[in-house]
Amino acid sequence: MVEPRIIPRVVIVGAGPAGTRAAEACVQAGVRPIVLDEGRRDGGQIYRRQPDNFTRPYAKLYGSEAGRAQALHETFDGLKGAVDYRPETLVWNIAGGHIWTASQTYADTLPFDALLLCTGATDRLMPVKGWQFAGSYSLGGAQVALKSQAVSIGHKVVFMGSGPLLYLVASQYVEAGANVVAVLDTAHYSARIKALPDLLAVPSVLWNGVALTMKLKRAGVAVHNGIKPLEIKGNADSGVSGVRFRTGAGAEQEIICDAVAMGHHLRPETQLADLARCAFAFDPGTRQWLPKRDGDGRSSVAGVYLAGDGAKILGARSAEASGRLAALAALGDLGLPVDKGEMASLRGDVGTYAKFARGLAKAFPWPSEQASQLPDDAILCRCEGVTAGDLRGVMRETGAKEANRAKAFSRVGMGRCQGRYCGLAAAELIAAEAGVPVEQVGRLRGQAPVKPLTIAIGEEQ
Amino acid sequence: MSAASDVIIVGGGLMGSSAALFLRGHGLSVTLLETDLIGRQASGTNFGNVRRQGRPIHQLPLANRAIAIWRQSRELLGADVEYLQSGHIRVCYRERPELVGSMEDYAAKAREEGLELELLSGNALRDKFPFFGPDVLAGSYSATDGHANPRLAAPAFARAAARLGAVIHENTKIVDAQKVGEDFIVTAVDGRTFRAPILLVTAGAWGNALSSQFGEPVPITPKGPNMSVTEPVPYGILPAIGVMTPIEEETVYFRQVARGNIVLGGSTRGPSFPDQYRAYVEPQNTLSQLKHIRRLAPSLGKLNIIRVWSGIEGYMPDSQPVMGPSATTSGLYYAFGFSGSGFQIGPGVGETMAEVIAKGATDIPIAPYRIERFATPT
Ligand SMILES: Cc1cc2nc3c(=O)[nH]c(=O)nc-3n(C[C@H](O)[C@H](O)[C@H](O)COP(=O)(O)OP(=O)(O)OC[C@H]3O[C@@H](n4cnc5c(N)ncnc54)[C@H](O)[C@@H]3O)c2cc1C
Repeated sequence: MVEPRIIPRVVIVGAGPAGTRAAEACVQAGVRPIVLDEGRRDGGQIYRRQPDNFTRPYAKLYGSEAGRAQALHETFDGLKGAVDYRPETLVWNIAGGHIWTASQTYADTLPFDALLLCTGATDRLMPVKGWQFAGSYSLGGAQVALKSQAVSIGHKVVFMGSGPLLYLVASQYVEAGANVVAVLDTAHYSARIKALPDLLAVPSVLWNGVALTMKLKRAGVAVHNGIKPLEIKGNADSGVSGVRFRTGAGAEQEIICDAVAMGHHLRPETQLADLARCAFAFDPGTRQWLPKRDGDGRSSVAGVYLAGDGAKILGARSAEASGRLAALAALGDLGLPVDKGEMASLRGDVGTYAKFARGLAKAFPWPSEQASQLPDDAILCRCEGVTAGDLRGVMRETGAKEANRAKAFSRVGMGRCQGRYCGLAAAELIAAEAGVPVEQVGRLRGQAPVKPLTIAIGEEQ
Repeated sequence: MSAASDVIIVGGGLMGSSAALFLRGHGLSVTLLETDLIGRQASGTNFGNVRRQGRPIHQLPLANRAIAIWRQSRELLGADVEYLQSGHIRVCYRERPELVGSMEDYAAKAREEGLELELLSGNALRDKFPFFGPDVLAGSYSATDGHANPRLAAPAFARAAARLGAVIHENTKIVDAQKVGEDFIVTAVDGRTFRAPILLVTAGAWGNALSSQFGEPVPITPKGPNMSVTEPVPYGILPAIGVMTPIEEETVYFRQVARGNIVLGGSTRGPSFPDQYRAYVEPQNTLSQLKHIRRLAPSLGKLNIIRVWSGIEGYMPDSQPVMGPSATTSGLYYAFGFSGSGFQIGPGVGETMAEVIAKGATDIPIAPYRIERFATPT
């Protein structure tokens, strides 16, 4: 292999499946990348590692994905001498070819020749009346509680929403011995049948999904399809006490519980791509704005590459492939020799997963109408305590019908999560209220810091 | 045929929106034209200080006129723009004791203009406001200044103007302005034209593009001051706070809104891009701002910021706006280039420009702002 004249500075943000495989490709090419992750350990969200003092076996923690989780962790452990790994480091801004990091109060700035954003995803949430009560969690939050803390979010847990994660986390809870009282899926079973041709693109993952449902049913968990969430009951002092919903058959039903885990599949964490000034485009399939990229992961900004669920939700297996592919693209662009054949085959893998992901989007559709039907007294933006009625009132008074405009006037999406939780639902509500397609509402502009940044930053240098 | 009215206003920031409202009060028909949406540029992104102290003494009559409007804003606008008359404190640091003299001097002159300021020692300040750090030497307290919500203000003025009959066109970027006979004809980028015998340019950092078309170019520099905001914490800091210092980096300020968030601003200003309608926050400026905030109020170091932003403001070399009639073209008026301090005086500027246009004169001294001061001798 030809030794490159100047050692390129490759920075990888995120140490999940995409980031790990990207780092591995760099090391194999003789490059020592810097790998940053805000988490304490590598693995990312899906393969989150337990704290050092916990010793639960892989099968217990990751179920059907145990083999992949273990392989990924072992790869990362094997890279440790060859990468500059910086855990618990938040990348809070990107500007002028540098990333800006914070590790508690320590501030740093790193120049890069290639930046691989492997920032992963968070839950796509649909507000439900009462979702602000203690005991309401995202599916991701419920999973973190289990994987890293080995605790359940409640004594009687309801899983509500839709998407593969709904079944995965519910079954992980069952596996861990928690009391799962029901799985309430907004998607109709018939949607899954219609999605089958696409889902068959990756039969093993499809089969895993079927197995999860069977496992839940065997464990005696009530699984309802085609439901419509009406309310999470409870109060500010004692938290969640139940959920009220309409069954697929149209009857109203109530289930007593003390915790709810919610989510409608995932949304990519695109703020860093936004701060890097990558161009975005509306994706009608997922009704989300996604950073543009070519088939290899190149963004619209030279030197910035996007991979994994942080670019588009295609799942963990695809993330491993797209992480490696984006790294090879970056290395090639930096003038290093890369295996073109391997890149072609990775592109093929990513395409297969994309087909599967289209199937998932059909099988578990985002119930956008729920946002427009949200009752006036339901909280829409939890950070700022803004109700659906508040937003509707502001729209009527001011005529605002663009996402950032509505935010400026109503505070929706202005809180510490910067609209990660409520932004997509708020856009649907604005679109319905204004009678325009959701893409016309636009998207909330990403603003630094991507996560809260201490004012004491830079104190300890 | 182009749409006609008595007055065309180009630029829907706080200046243009409030001028539209007050011109309607004089019974003139008004067309307000805005490139983007009302109040999205400097007027919607600024820090929100409604502060008189620290302004040049000759500007205090204008600032006083504005404060009267801020005080009645709720009734005038039929909307709450979160104006709080909760005080303003300007402090100086130990290594600059000479500034105490300047503060005393300023207070004496300001009193003659009806602005009461109380000088407090560092210890007296810390007794009343324990968040001040040990480096604070002294401060000047204005009980009758305060702050308001910039995101809400200009749009509320524009809505009030519209209710009184002002015609407002958003998404209307004016690319050409000419006087043809008795009328001005202005043309939008999409070819629409508007006609009126009077033209008021309130185009903020973009003012030079229009004044140049009438042979009056001005040396305006666009810059982007940096802002940050914390997560909400219990409401307790009433006054807005700012540092008096000759060093730009040290010039930081903060205020707490009733909802609990603390808005931070200042330190080195970043570049801005008027053509793209964007001003980016330079990360190093955020770090420098936070460092100087810690010096001013060390206990804020325990909080997190959740968002930063900037906006495009036009700065004149002498930090004073261009405000008043054109020197080349009758019927043409300017109010732009407010150099980082136009928010407080905004409603006063609107009322004064409406008065100048409708009545031909005002008692408010605006001579220091005339555009001729930048004319190149021929
Ligand atoms: C970040 C920041 C912090 C600040 N903090 C303070 C503060 O605390 N206190 C204070 O007093 N001041 C502050 N200022 C200054 C204050 O915000 C401005 O002086 C004031 O808002 C200027 O108002 P304006 O209407 O002149 O300008 P703008 O609000 O910028 O409005 C001008 C408008 O004209 C429009 N326009 C321009 N050209 C055209 C065209 N050709 N056709 C149509 N429309 C056009 C623009 O789109 C814009 O909306 C700050 C400014 C910034 C940016």
